Amino acid sequence: MANTPGADLRDPAWRSRLAWAIATLVVLWPLLVVAEFQPWQLFAPDSLQSTLRFLAGFFPPRLDAEFLSLVARETWRTVAIATAGMTLGLVIGWPLALLSARSLSISSLVGRMAPLPATVRLAVRALLVALRSIPELIWALVFVRVVGLGPTAGVLAIGLTYGGMLGKVYGEILDSGDTGVTRALLRNGSGRLQAFFFGQLPQNASELTSYTVYRWECAIRSSAVLGFVGAGGLGQQMDNAMKMFNGAEVCTLLLVFVLLVVLTDRVSGLLRRMLG
Amino acid sequence: MNEAPALPANWLQGRRRALAVVAALLALVVVSFASLDMQWSRFLGAQAMGRMGRFLGELLSPDLSPRFLAKLWPAMAETVAMSVIGTLLAAVFGLLLAIPAARTHDADRARWKPAARLLLNVLRSVPELMWAALLLIAAGLGPFAGTMALALHTTGVLGRLFAEAIENAPPGPGFALRLRGIGEGRVLAYAVLPQALPQLVSYTLYRWENNIRAAAVLGVVGAGGLGQLLAFHLGLFQMAETGSVLGAMLLLVFGVDLASHGLRQLLTR
Repeated sequence: MANTPGADLRDPAWRSRLAWAIATLVVLWPLLVVAEFQPWQLFAPDSLQSTLRFLAGFFPPRLDAEFLSLVARETWRTVAIATAGMTLGLVIGWPLALLSARSLSISSLVGRMAPLPATVRLAVRALLVALRSIPELIWALVFVRVVGLGPTAGVLAIGLTYGGMLGKVYGEILDSGDTGVTRALLRNGSGRLQAFFFGQLPQNASELTSYTVYRWECAIRSSAVLGFVGAGGLGQQMDNAMKMFNGAEVCTLLLVFVLLVVLTDRVSGLLRRMLG
Repeated sequence: MNEAPALPANWLQGRRRALAVVAALLALVVVSFASLDMQWSRFLGAQAMGRMGRFLGELLSPDLSPRFLAKLWPAMAETVAMSVIGTLLAAVFGLLLAIPAARTHDADRARWKPAARLLLNVLRSVPELMWAALLLIAAGLGPFAGTMALALHTTGVLGRLFAEAIENAPPGPGFALRLRGIGEGRVLAYAVLPQALPQLVSYTLYRWENNIRAAAVLGVVGAGGLGQLLAFHLGLFQMAETGSVLGAMLLLVFGVDLASHGLRQLLTR
């Protein structure tokens, strides 16, 4: 037994642990160099001074009526862009989800799916992948170039990316549940839309709404971020304030943003409980 | 005999609340569209459509000349490095914050729990891109600001997930050690963490997949990597170059997803 003091109390695996630690460092070293990871830069006298001056401006935050009404207006804009984008996403996502759902295929009721519907479903899935694999920020950058600065670019960017995501997830939800009812309806001669409305929608309603509400919450966060590339809303104000080194305004905007995120979190939780 | 459950007086009564919620949501949508000055005509007009078509056409014929690829490789390496280091830093700091944020046993007073949770929530609710824009002031342009931004946001996300994993670890081994008078530090190291480790690793890998996507776009505000290259070429309307940067992004995302999947398989075997 390990009652003798000394060597036996040592971690029996220390050799392999040390070897793994060294190997990790060797792999990480080049990455640290490539990422220009130099934390001491933060504490270089001149950069530290400008940081401190910026942070000192944070207090007191700017709270006069004029600025607060501007912030309120921009906060609403952020929410409105997210909601409108989400609506567009639903308009794009639902038809694609219905087109790509395998459980709504009539030809696969007997044996394998016919080649034409199979090809259509594959093409729709490819379109969904293309829509969601380009981040909304990049869509926004492109749309800002096409339609100019303003909320239109933000709404379109969120709509396209979220359309791709919603389409994919809705399709998966429809296919993953119990498809017995839907198949039975289709077998007895109901149309695909009828089978969807009377079979799949009631069965999967709570899962679908819960995912939709969760995505709306994400859309609010990304709508604020899209402001940084000129889509309007809180992000754009924050970008302006940062460029002017105006700590007091940045502080107010950050506080409002964090509050908005907490609030949507609560509202979304509440909605999910009510509708679920 | 069981009593038959009472039926609602009419179908409206049972669903009144749901109908009210749906009506409120519809109103929110209508008001949202009404309050935004949407320029549909500018987007759906022939001119804009033509321009979109031309953009797309040019995007689909990416610039693959060796001279441009020589610029692309370093940016890709930078993006990967940012995502890996940001995620690892976040795993370390997330764990350091998750330990005070978790209440592991009944006698644990968890004095620091509210403070640690608050810090994690604030870190998490500010998106990476916002952190990057803030950090540019302190760290200057370049990948370092991006790495730190990823690390800060991800610390918030991972810290919360880690705290939950630690709280949900089976209490038996820790209880056995505590019963013998072993200190909290060693209980953590030899009972709690080894049990939570697979979950911690899995969460970290999942965030890495997320962070490669974030790292690719962070450069748009000047935080290094592929995003910076993309914003530059898109700003000059050089769509062929933009197309190859986009291709490189998709390639990286795909590669990291594969690597993460492979690592998961390796670890669960």
